[in-house]
Amino acid sequence: MTPNGIPLGDVLLASGALFTIGLAGALLRRNAISIFLAIELMMNAANLAVLGYAAALHSLEGQIVVFFVIAIAAAEAAVGLAIFVALFRHTETIDVNKINLLKW
Amino acid sequence: MTVALWVVPALPFAGFLLCLLLGSRLGKSFVSTVGAGSVGLATVAAWTRLVPYLTGDGTPVVEKVAPWIAAGNFSVDVSFRLDPLSALMVSFVTFVGFLIHVYSIGYMSHDETDAGYARYFSYLNLFLFAMLVLVLANNFLLLFVGWEGVGLCSYLLIGYYYEKEYAADAGKKAFIVNRIGDFGFLLGTFGVFGLFGTLDFDSVFSRAAADPARFAPGLTLVCLLLFVGAMGKSAQVPLHVWLPDAMAGPTPVSALIHAATMVTAGVYMVTRCNVLFRLAPEAMFAVAVVGGVTAIFAAVIAIAQNDIKKVLAYSTVSQLGYMFLACGVGAYVAGMFHVLTHAFFKACLFLGSGAVIHALGGEQDMRRMGGLGRRLPLTYTTFLVATLALAGIPPLAGFFSKDAILTGVFAAHRPILFGLGLVTAGLTAFYMFRLVSLTFAGDFRGTPEAAAHVHEAPPTMTLPLVILAFLSAIAGFLGLPEVFGEGANRIAAFLAPVFPRVGLAAAEPPAHSLPAATEWLLMGTSVAVAAVGILLAWTWYAKRAGRPAARVAASLPALYRLVAEKFRIDELYDVLFVRPFVWLARMLWKVVDVLIIDGVLNAGAFLVELTGDALRFLQTGNVRNYALTFLLGIVALLLIVLAG
Repeated sequence: MTPNGIPLGDVLLASGALFTIGLAGALLRRNAISIFLAIELMMNAANLAVLGYAAALHSLEGQIVVFFVIAIAAAEAAVGLAIFVALFRHTETIDVNKINLLKW
Repeated sequence: MTVALWVVPALPFAGFLLCLLLGSRLGKSFVSTVGAGSVGLATVAAWTRLVPYLTGDGTPVVEKVAPWIAAGNFSVDVSFRLDPLSALMVSFVTFVGFLIHVYSIGYMSHDETDAGYARYFSYLNLFLFAMLVLVLANNFLLLFVGWEGVGLCSYLLIGYYYEKEYAADAGKKAFIVNRIGDFGFLLGTFGVFGLFGTLDFDSVFSRAAADPARFAPGLTLVCLLLFVGAMGKSAQVPLHVWLPDAMAGPTPVSALIHAATMVTAGVYMVTRCNVLFRLAPEAMFAVAVVGGVTAIFAAVIAIAQNDIKKVLAYSTVSQLGYMFLACGVGAYVAGMFHVLTHAFFKACLFLGSGAVIHALGGEQDMRRMGGLGRRLPLTYTTFLVATLALAGIPPLAGFFSKDAILTGVFAAHRPILFGLGLVTAGLTAFYMFRLVSLTFAGDFRGTPEAAAHVHEAPPTMTLPLVILAFLSAIAGFLGLPEVFGEGANRIAAFLAPVFPRVGLAAAEPPAHSLPAATEWLLMGTSVAVAAVGILLAWTWYAKRAGRPAARVAASLPALYRLVAEKFRIDELYDVLFVRPFVWLARMLWKVVDVLIIDGVLNAGAFLVELTGDALRFLQTGNVRNYALTFLLGIVALLLIVLAG
């Protein structure tokens, strides 16, 4: 039970649902930006689970970890988007099915 | 002032290092100075020790330089030994070596590159170092070091003109044939250690002499193995094949290594081990038979050779046979005496042939020589003196040493071996005068250009010739036969301490029991035989230009071809050993290596490749497939963790 009355199980359920949606998106979408957003979704699902536990256990560390994750996610977003721009300039597409040079 | 014995071999070694490391940079005059100078100094150093020694009582002097190997009961020192035998060897090894270094300065001056010149002198110095270690060693192992060292230098110098294939091949042949002998010598050394528990000369010989009956059974085998080593080094049948080919090296090398010094190492070693050999009569008999057979065999081949150096090479093999014949019948003094005189006259002959080859710009075939006596008077005179010495004409050196051997064989009651020796003496005189006649008498048979090129050698070459010819003439007086009075045989008296009494009556040196009349008769016979050989060769080749010889050859074509082709021993070895060996090597290469070893490795590699070929299709390049694989992997992990 979190301090504001939401049971931890519900938080974890919401987190699991978000993660599953993100996973499905990452696996099924072909647009690189959509995949990227889906990955962000999974990361935030994880954040939510961490926050839920932090609140239930009255621990500050969990909240601090989430701040770090958000900061790193921002940096990662910059790198990821830069890669997509470079990729688009090179191949004129960001459809991941067409970007499969690195194979047998 | 006494110089330590180790200085004597150390000086040429220092010369070797200087010539090798600095020679090619500092030029020919530096190399000549260091190369010949170091040997000159070694000669002086050796003689400062020898001169007092020669007048002394002949007590052995042993000087330990350093402990070498000490393991349990086994210990070997680096120690040098001066006794009458090594003193005799050292005296002429250093002196003849020095003369030949001086000669080489003139002979090799046409070798244009400084690097080649430095290489030549460094090898020659290294050879002298190894030879001095060999003769001064005080135990079997140090002797073996010198033994291998001279073999190595022989190989390096035979292959000196390595860009010519036949020279490189001759070097390899010498090395491999010598290896066979060295293997026997090494086994013999093991046997000596097994029997006596030490390798030190004094201890081995005194233990053997103290209790002959105990060691007798193993001793015959040990002596035979040691003799196999001597056969390789001294080119005795059937290991003689390398020496004639060794003439591919520069002529001074042939003179120094393949006539005067290294090839006598076998005789020296057998004489050094005379106590062991005298206790093994069967081994002694084998030595005598091999020596006698080699003497006549090589002399017959020498008759039909046309290359001036080949004749001298076979003559060397034949004379070495004589020396072993002497050792085999117990006349060790005669054998060593012949080693000494042979070193002088054969070195002189080789250097003389070198002067002839030099004068003709590299021509070695006697059929394109002739009439050189008038053009090269100094070479001719010295060559003639040495030839007469080799042929055994009194009062030159070869007569006395050869007569001492024949007398020894006769006194040992070996009539067949005596007959072989006597016939060989006649053949020797014949082939040597055939050589002299073809080279120096008659008319010049080469091209006019070659005739115009003929010139007498420079003084650095002729001076050693004169000195060696002089020694060939007088060295015989060291060992006059006993009929000239009590104590006339100075060399026998000098060497006497080397032949201690051993426990066996039969093993004592033969007492000099021949009546004076018999001795005179023997001398007369050997002179007569030599004179017949000389006269025959002179009439056939000098007076009648070789026509009678050609008629004889034509009447026996098969025999002549067989002799001219050296009894086809090389071809026989080729069929018996070389080709099966090459076949075996090809088998090991094509079947064992390529098929089996490479096959196993390649099969392993192929298996890996096959697996990779199958698995590579998992690598689609599609990122979402990888993500799906992650997911499945995690699910599988979770299932395992939760279920477990």
